[in-house]
Amino acid sequence: MRKIPDNRAWWLVLPVLLLVAFSALVPLMTVVNYSVQDIFGPGNAYYVGTEWFRDVLRDERLQASLLRQFGFSAAVLAIEIPLGIGIALMMPKGGIRASLCLILLAIPLLIPWNVVGTIWQIFARGDIGLFGWGLNELGLSYNYTGDPVDAWLTVLLMDVWHWTPLVALLCYSGLRAIPEAFYQAAEIDRASRWAVFRYIQLPRLKNVLVIAVLLRFMDSFMIYTEPFVLTGGGPGSSTTFLSQTLTTMAVGQFDLGRAAAFSLVYFLIVLLVSWLFFTAITHMDKER
Amino acid sequence: MAEITLKAMAHSYEKHPAGPEDYAIRQLDHVWERGGAYALLGPSGCGKSTMLNIISGLLAPSEGQVLFDGKPVNHLSPRERNIAQVFQFPVVYDSMTVFDNLAFPLRNSGLPKAKIRERVNEVADVLELEPLLRRKARNLTADEKQKVSMGRGLVREDVSAILFDEPLTVIDPQLKWKLRRKLKQIHEQFDITMVYVTHDQLEASTFADRIAVMYEGRIVQFGTPTELFENPNHTFVGFFIGSPGMNLMDVTRCEGGVQFGGSRFPLPEGLLKRLAETGSDNLRLGIRPEFIELTEPAPDSHPATVEDVEDLGTYQILTAQLEGQSLKVRLSEDTRVERGQEVHLHFPARWLKLYVDEYLVGEAP
Repeated sequence: MRKIPDNRAWWLVLPVLLLVAFSALVPLMTVVNYSVQDIFGPGNAYYVGTEWFRDVLRDERLQASLLRQFGFSAAVLAIEIPLGIGIALMMPKGGIRASLCLILLAIPLLIPWNVVGTIWQIFARGDIGLFGWGLNELGLSYNYTGDPVDAWLTVLLMDVWHWTPLVALLCYSGLRAIPEAFYQAAEIDRASRWAVFRYIQLPRLKNVLVIAVLLRFMDSFMIYTEPFVLTGGGPGSSTTFLSQTLTTMAVGQFDLGRAAAFSLVYFLIVLLVSWLFFTAITHMDKER
Repeated sequence: MAEITLKAMAHSYEKHPAGPEDYAIRQLDHVWERGGAYALLGPSGCGKSTMLNIISGLLAPSEGQVLFDGKPVNHLSPRERNIAQVFQFPVVYDSMTVFDNLAFPLRNSGLPKAKIRERVNEVADVLELEPLLRRKARNLTADEKQKVSMGRGLVREDVSAILFDEPLTVIDPQLKWKLRRKLKQIHEQFDITMVYVTHDQLEASTFADRIAVMYEGRIVQFGTPTELFENPNHTFVGFFIGSPGMNLMDVTRCEGGVQFGGSRFPLPEGLLKRLAETGSDNLRLGIRPEFIELTEPAPDSHPATVEDVEDLGTYQILTAQLEGQSLKVRLSEDTRVERGQEVHLHFPARWLKLYVDEYLVGEAP
């Protein structure tokens, strides 16, 4: 076939270009634009270079918030991933009982974020909440509005309750995709329960675990609504995570330049850590 | 090593089997003797794999007992029965290397490291897997995977029996032949009870001392390859074994024998007596294509028309029309026959087999 050079064909790329521009490029570049200027009002902006970035990276409040955020995400992953795998392993393989389990697991996932926060805010109260009241009746002093550790644990518990089902569902689908022949072969090879998990189930869960780890990392790293409704970031700033700090800066103090610089740093951290997880898991057992 | 006995064993995948057709295996008794090399031969869907899974313990029979050396093992898992089994579709643990795959059953039994290395190297040597030992199993080709899968079955020394479920399906013919020889050698060397499931008669007869032919959930004949060839017990064995299979002609009773069309076949006294005892009219006369002879016209020969001649290189297959029935005749290369030609067929009496209700009728004892 003979090629006909016709540069008008470039116009065909235009729709995609527009779509990408409006969905990603324009908003992102707006943020970049803000991050290098100090804006007092329309038509009243000054170029400040990297000053906002240097400022943000030196900000102690932000550093504390970042540290808290990493701690929270690490705890979320450390609890939800093993717990999710465990639940998936214990679930029945089929029939009415499996359907029942799936429905029960799916319920927390269907509840809107701020409803989750509200539910736990009441649930964990010492006077009328079953959970808080129960703990206090057991003789434990528990008060999530006053004690930073209690607040922290409550937020963590809430996230575990809300999102472990997602990990469990993903792992369950991964487990169901393993052909029966593998279990038969393992049975013939006299593999122990642990060996079956370690050498058959875990390697075949790898792909869904990549998704689970990435989703849970990104979501927990950007957590905002639930702790905001539950504790409002307190007591003190003990449960103020990055998103909330950012919102306070951008909306509360209208510090747009600084907030923009911070957003970009935030975005790069999420990107970098996600890439690290992805690469680490997918390269776990490559040929040496 | 163990003697495996199936006692009044039957299996149905239905919860409440209504009739015999609901059974994958109909009630049978069978003994696999200690140290024997057996083949389980039959078409797909005849219950071969079900039988194998019942022996290994992956499946519990719905009726009857499985005994190892006289002890019932129905409730024992494959692990407790200490059985090795090689599956038709190769299962390899793809996150492990080939070495680890082969070592897996040994590690699970808690063998010392040095012993494991020794056994794995031995098996890798037999199956020619040595160059691959350090490779990840995931990157192997289909036939390499099948060899690894087979190696896992052979690596344990102390097994009660090794079961093979069509283990060579994806291996190319040359290697297939070689591996079959290896299996035979391993069998002779270690004297392990081996049951080999296949639908290929050549594979069955090169591997096994005795072959069990399965058909519709039953073992219709259990015997040496020669017995199966010369004395098929059931029309299915006659038809399934041999290439081409046995000629089976529908016949009716007549004075002193059986007939179809105008062709009469006298039967010996003993057979006639047996025939008189049965009331059934489902009579068939069988003869293998190898045993039909071309002769000059004679009182006991039957004139037939040649329909087709196929030259297969080392022999030719002649299809002849006799009284409306097609017969296959196996001829040597040097016989000259042409399509449409009139030939005279001779049926030697000792190779004519009479089947009543599909089962062979022997002379009265």
